[in-house]
Amino acid sequence: MNIWNGIIIGLSEIWAHKFRSLLTMLGIILGVSSLVAMSALVQGMENGMKEALVAMGGLEKIEVQPRDGGDLPLHQRHLADQAPGLRLSDITALNENGYLISELTPAVEMTRWGNDLTVTYAGKVTEPFFVSGTWPIALKLNEHVIEYGRMFNEIDNEETRSVCVIGTGIRDDLFGDPSVTGEEVIPLGEVIVVQGQPFTIIGMFTHYDSEKGLEQRKAAIEAARNKTNQGEKLYSSDRGRSNFAFRIKNNQILVPLNSMIMKFRSGNDENPVSDPRLSELTMKIPSVELLNPALQQVRNVLLMTHNGIEDFTFRTQEDWAEGINTSIKNARMSGGVIAAISLVVGGIGIMNIMLASISERVREIGIRKAIGATTGSVFAQILIESIVIAIFGGIAGLGTSYALVQFIASFSPDENQPVITIGAMTMAFGFSVMIGAVAGLYPAIKASILHPIQALRYD
Amino acid sequence: MPLVELKDIRKTYKLGGETIHALDGVSLDIDAGEFLSIIGPSGSGKSTLMHILGCLDSPSSGTMQLDGMMIQNASQSQLASIRNKKIGFVFQFFNLLPKLSVMQNVELPMIYGSVSAKERRERSMRSLEMVGLENRSKHRPSQLSGGQQQRVAIARALVNDPRIIFADEPTGNLDSHTGEAILELFHELHRKGRTIALVTHDPEIAAVTPRKIEIRDGKIADQVDERLAGLDRAVANG
Repeated sequence: MNIWNGIIIGLSEIWAHKFRSLLTMLGIILGVSSLVAMSALVQGMENGMKEALVAMGGLEKIEVQPRDGGDLPLHQRHLADQAPGLRLSDITALNENGYLISELTPAVEMTRWGNDLTVTYAGKVTEPFFVSGTWPIALKLNEHVIEYGRMFNEIDNEETRSVCVIGTGIRDDLFGDPSVTGEEVIPLGEVIVVQGQPFTIIGMFTHYDSEKGLEQRKAAIEAARNKTNQGEKLYSSDRGRSNFAFRIKNNQILVPLNSMIMKFRSGNDENPVSDPRLSELTMKIPSVELLNPALQQVRNVLLMTHNGIEDFTFRTQEDWAEGINTSIKNARMSGGVIAAISLVVGGIGIMNIMLASISERVREIGIRKAIGATTGSVFAQILIESIVIAIFGGIAGLGTSYALVQFIASFSPDENQPVITIGAMTMAFGFSVMIGAVAGLYPAIKASILHPIQALRYD
Repeated sequence: MPLVELKDIRKTYKLGGETIHALDGVSLDIDAGEFLSIIGPSGSGKSTLMHILGCLDSPSSGTMQLDGMMIQNASQSQLASIRNKKIGFVFQFFNLLPKLSVMQNVELPMIYGSVSAKERRERSMRSLEMVGLENRSKHRPSQLSGGQQQRVAIARALVNDPRIIFADEPTGNLDSHTGEAILELFHELHRKGRTIALVTHDPEIAAVTPRKIEIRDGKIADQVDERLAGLDRAVANG
């Protein structure tokens, strides 16, 4: 008996018991579709996180941040009051000696964590995530794109001009959100008040979001412009769901470093000593492989300029990337276990039905044996039937998984859109076939060792 | 050399701690081209004998030769191959597979004999022509009458061109008229040179075969007791 005949017999058995076969397949269908859907979800999460990682400047970005006296290494705690902090002189030293790094940029930042940070315009108030005083090169380093106006330049910085470049989030809050009003306001030349200091807007970044988020926003703007479906706020109601990384990037204000220091860090009545310390040094390395030597180099230079006091710390996206990988692995593991359990349950269902089927067909097996079916061919017949059920269940499961993923996609966050991968489909299908084979083994053995005479006499 | 040669075949069963001698030293030769009946009351051991002759079962002791092959020590898969190639079975209850068409039922032995699809169709068609059912090949067994179903079973038994055909009460489930037609078919096959062994408890059927073997208590009776077996009446009626 060849395999083709076996498949034909298997198919006709399945067709003869349509409902029963469907119920049997259901287990496999659920198993396969949950496996594929789970993998699609995790893939979506991974994509979302990676996208955010790139939005934050990628893996090649290193940040140096100051460490407070209390956070110094234990043996240096007593030197806390001599710690110089990050200074512009560090930049000079690093530019001279740090040949592994490029695009070195200082920043003095005010964040909304810690103190109040308010920005006002004509009676409207918003709270940016941070206001950063920096150099024009920050544009490139942080992968910013100016859509309207221009970035401030060296001269703005030299002359301490009160100019700023804002993210679209600031504009949305102070001048109106185009996805609600339908009108794209370009607030160049307007003066906003940052912590009591006026700054003229000279540039605005493009709107940062995932591809899908951008599409939705575009559609929302279009809809708002046409005023056709005002009832439906497609985008603005979803804003809270946009990825955190994108929200930070959209809700920030960049000003020239000197303006920042002059306006907010010079001595005043309250705090008579000016504070030239930087909040952050940011730089790029040519490739991820050079991360560790570059860190070492920067550390050596900074230890020199900081009198050996390690009052700084590195923040790389590497830790974050590792965190992403760990959480993805965990999600994949737990989802995989659940899907595997449902596949195994499906396999038990197949075994159950095959056992019922062979006890119904003892006489048939007897007849087949009497006319020359060997133990092997009966074994193969039952096994093939079981595998055929699993294959059909697997195929149906792949179809179902597509529908399931579409369903999940309809309410999952934009940046975590589930993605079905060929790999996941192949794996799920392969598993279902394997489980069909394993589930068919015992019934096939049971059927094949039936004695022909007893089988023929069976009623 | 005879086609089938049994020497001192014994078959014992254990039934609830009691040993039953279903066959108790049977020796028998069947020559090619013979048409014989094996007759005996129920429980005499004739079914057991047929199972052993048909290679469905192995004897507990004794030797058996079929078409030049020693059977008593053959493995299960060798027995399956012998059943497939050298033996055709016709059963009382037809034993057709209800989900398959007539054609597919007849093809079945060839499927296990690895015959190509084209040859399968040709041979099963020839076989169906032999039993006069060539125009029913697409029907299901359940759409046929009992006699037709038995003809299909005979076509199936013939399709691999076996050396011997065993028929176990082939008319037992048919009315007498249809049964006669089936017996006539066996006669025709015999005239064409087939070797046929017919197992029955019915003396009227046994009466039509040239050679009769009577089984009594697991042994072959020396002389067929025509009166005891009821053959005298059958002959008288016939």
